[in-house]
Order: sequence, then C-alpha cells, then structure tokens
Amino acid sequence: MTRDEAFSQFLLRMGDNTLILGHRVSEWCGHAPVLEEDIALANTALDLIGQTQMWLGLAGEIDGGKSADELAFLRDAWDFRNVLLVEVPNDDFGRTLMRQFLFDAWHSIMLGRLMKSSDEQVAAIAVKASKEVTYHLERSSDTVVGLGDGTEESHARMQEALDYLWPYVGEMFVSDEVDTEMAAAGIAPNPADLREEYDALITRVLTEATLSIPDSRFAHKGGRDGRMHTEHLGHLLTQMQWLQRAYPGASW
Amino acid sequence: MYAQMVKSAGTGVKPREEMTEQERAFQDKIDADIKIEPKDWMPDDYRATLIRQIGQHAHSEIVGQLPEGNWITRAPTLERKAILLAKVQDEAGHGLYLYCAAETLGVSRDEITEMLLDGRMKYSSIFNYPTLNWADIGAVGWLVDGAAIMNQVPLQRTSFGPYSRAMIRICKEESFHQRQGYDAIRKMAEGTPEQRKMAQDAMNRLWYPSLMMFGPSDKDSVHSAQSMAWKIKINTNDELRQKFVDQTVPQAEYLGLSIPDPDLKWNEERGHYDYTDPDWSEFFDVIKGNGPCNVDRLAARNKAWDDGKWVRDGLLAHARKKRAKQMAAE
Repeated sequence: MTRDEAFSQFLLRMGDNTLILGHRVSEWCGHAPVLEEDIALANTALDLIGQTQMWLGLAGEIDGGKSADELAFLRDAWDFRNVLLVEVPNDDFGRTLMRQFLFDAWHSIMLGRLMKSSDEQVAAIAVKASKEVTYHLERSSDTVVGLGDGTEESHARMQEALDYLWPYVGEMFVSDEVDTEMAAAGIAPNPADLREEYDALITRVLTEATLSIPDSRFAHKGGRDGRMHTEHLGHLLTQMQWLQRAYPGASW
Repeated sequence: MYAQMVKSAGTGVKPREEMTEQERAFQDKIDADIKIEPKDWMPDDYRATLIRQIGQHAHSEIVGQLPEGNWITRAPTLERKAILLAKVQDEAGHGLYLYCAAETLGVSRDEITEMLLDGRMKYSSIFNYPTLNWADIGAVGWLVDGAAIMNQVPLQRTSFGPYSRAMIRICKEESFHQRQGYDAIRKMAEGTPEQRKMAQDAMNRLWYPSLMMFGPSDKDSVHSAQSMAWKIKINTNDELRQKFVDQTVPQAEYLGLSIPDPDLKWNEERGHYDYTDPDWSEFFDVIKGNGPCNVDRLAARNKAWDDGKWVRDGLLAHARKKRAKQMAAE
C-alpha cells in the first residue's frame, strides 16, 4: 500500500463516519422529543455534514480530482469506510443519543490528536471540527447522564441502548495497515492507542449515568475496511444517493 | 403568512365612547406606536387573540419542519443538504422564540403544544401540502417563505413588544431562506429537461396554496378589523396577496417558469397584476382538516410527542435529583 493509498483510505474513514452519522441524525428532523432537541440534532447533523465536505473534499483531491459529492453520492456500499456504529438505525432517542455519545467520545479524542498531524490540511480540518465536536460531546454526555440517571424507564432504555451498541465500539480502535502507514508518517494516531483515554472518558460519564458497561470486548468489524457493512447501509445509500443516481450528470 | 384566519376574541372594534378609561389609555398607546409589554395592562381579548396568533405562527414553524425534513435525507449534494439542515434548524429556532413570546402572555409552551396536538389550535394551511420532488424545496423557500415574509415584515411593527422583537430576528433569517430557495429552484430551472419539469411541477402545485397563505379575501375576512385596530395585523389579506403576486411574477418570468393562471396579466390602470383567486373551497377543506397531509402531519407531531415522553420525564427527574443533591450539600 502506497502512502497516498493509505492517506486516501484514512480520509474516507473520517469523512464517511461523519457523512453516515450526519445522515442518521438528520432523520430525526421534526420528530424529536422536545423542540430544543430538534434544534440540537439538526445542528449536530449540520456540523457533521460540514466536516464531511472537508474530509471528502481532501480525499477527492488525493483520489485524482474527484469532488466530495462524487464520493458521497456515487460510491457503492463496499467502498464506504465508516465504522459500523454510525450506520446502525436510530431506533429510539435513547439509542440515537447513546450512539452519538460513544462516537463523540472517540471523535473528540481522535480530533485532538489530528490537530497535531504532520499534514497541515488534516490539522486544519481537525482544529475546525474539534470545536464543534467538543460541544457535541458535552451535549451527548449530559443527555446520557440525564437519561441514565433519570426515571426507571429512561435508565432501562439507556442501558438497553448501551448493551446493543457496545459490540460496535471496538471497531473504532482496530489498527490495520492503513493506520500503521498513517502513524509512521505522523499524519494520524494509531487507533489502538486511543482506547485507554476513551475507556477512562466513557467510564466517567457512564458511571455518573448509573449505567453498567458490558464486560465483553467482542467487536463487530468490517466497516472501516469495507469488508462487511451492515444490511442497513445499503438502504441508507438508496435514499441518500437517489437523485444523483436517477439523474446522472445533472447539476443541483 | 403563518397565521391565517386568527379569530379575534371579542365582539368587534368598540367605539371610543364605549371604552373604559383603561381601554382608552391602552388604545391611545397603540395609536401612538408605543409597544405593549407583558406586564402592561391589556384587554383580555387582546391577550387571547395574540395567544392564538403567536401560537399558530409557532406551530407553523414546527409543523413546517416536516415537509422540508422530508427531503433532508435525499438532498442531492452535500451543500444543499447543509443549507436545508440549517434552514430547518432556523425554523425550529423561530418556533422557540415564538413560544417564548407566547409564554409572556401567560400560556406555557406545553399548554399550547397540547392544543396543537389535539387539534384545538391550527397551523398554516400550506404545510398540509406534500413536497413531492426536490424542486419543491426550492419552491418552498422562494414562494412559501416569500409569502411568509410579506406578512412578517410589517409585523415587525406589531403592537406587542415580544412578538415584534421575535419578528425582527425571524425576518432576517427568512429573507436569507428565500434567497437560498430561489437559488435552488433557479438551478433546476436552468438544468436538464427533467429538472425543469420538476421546477414547473413544483410551481404548478404550490402557486395557489402559497396565495392561500394570506387567508381569505378581505370581504370574507371577519376577524381583521379588531386585529388591525390593535396593530397585531397591519395589512389586509388582499393587500399582502397582491404585493406577493406583483413581486413574484417577474421572478417566475426570469426563471422561465409559467404561473398556472391563464388570466394573470399586468393591469396598467391599477399598476398591479390581475390574478385568479385560489379555490377557496379547497382552502376551507384544508383548514377543516381535509388537506392532503393534515392527518399525517398531526400524527407525526403526536407520535414525536408521545414517543418523547420518557425522554422529557427522564431529563426532568434528573434535574430534580441534581437540585435536591445541591440543596442537601448547601
């Protein structure tokens, strides 16, 4: 694998995570439990789509002058490099917010490291995204704590969400050839090295939320290398890519 | 206009000599363009009418998320998706300002939300129409927000302070949305034959519902006089509708889109376009709950509210626990 190939894979991983999660979060529009949440969810989705434009924009440059839109709307599922966590369906608000929290925690730590990337463009994107993600994490942590330590029902729902999502956490810390190459170039950290900080962060929040972290370390994998996505991604892309696919070459 | 057919409370405009001293002083303030603030004395009917009007406006912003949200997951580019997300977020924010303005009149957000959900309060008829193709999103920004702005710009001068201040903020964002909407539909109108077809289809379906946003003809608008005397309504329905038509026709011509009204023509003598009124029987059907989307829109809002109950209860319970802990520590 060449440096450019690895770099392009890394950028797709970053951009596909934000694209797919942004899509999922945007599905809530108009259906949230309270008006403030409608606003916050739309705002989070908007940030994530903005970050997607930057990551996929850069990926496209490396990848022979493709646009971020071409990458977002004209790849099939096997070329997507997001972790499985972000493609699981929203289910109830509890699962949506728990998924957000588990992702935000990783995202904020990752971006913190990327701010020191040897690649200037990566560092610049990370600086911008990090400001937004700090707020995402603050909000999702507060909500997880509020609902975990709320009523009996909200507690049960949050625990159920955590139990369901937990097997999708491990994939964020798997290291492969791409990561080794990126770490050697000083562009990005080795994901495995982020786990300790992540565990400390989520343990603090989930303890305050009176929730128990499952003690299994089993991890579903296959998203970030495209080997095997969930069945859900295909449906998501069917919707997201429909206009671009139905009317090829049109400008919007 | 997001508030249509707001029923004015009371029996109509009282002649000055029949007013109490308090009522006279109140009307004098309004006539002198002095804002009424929440703690000032106001007639009960003024308060009730404003709650209806602001509430209906707020509900419209909230329900309005649904037809636009319908296209967020299918927006054709990342930029269009971002623009639409930002817009829908703004609409929800407008709902929030307006609910706050209504709260200053002594009605809680939950109370008027319940009134929306059980059908006692209305929202604008326009949101009971579907968004069927991507150009609808451009058309909603251009025509629907355009019509809303027509009404809201004068409302910046409305007599009730909190409503007027909310309008000032809202108008800034709405005009931005309108420009973005026009840009989106322009792109379609200048695009492939299929895109042009989408743009014309959106125009054909949304033109008359946009005209309906201003409410019934002045001759059938029974609630206007009192609201105008109180300056919670500044122009008549027909004045605003005419202004909207006059503004929109040249924009449609520029896009090369035809307006679905064979009798539309410039009237040199009047200095305005003559146009065909919408089918008012359709309008009254929609108001009564028989529009294409009424049932689904209200069902979606009810589902969001019911499904979200555990979340609201959970967060409230947590806030109480936290407060109790703090108090115990003090």
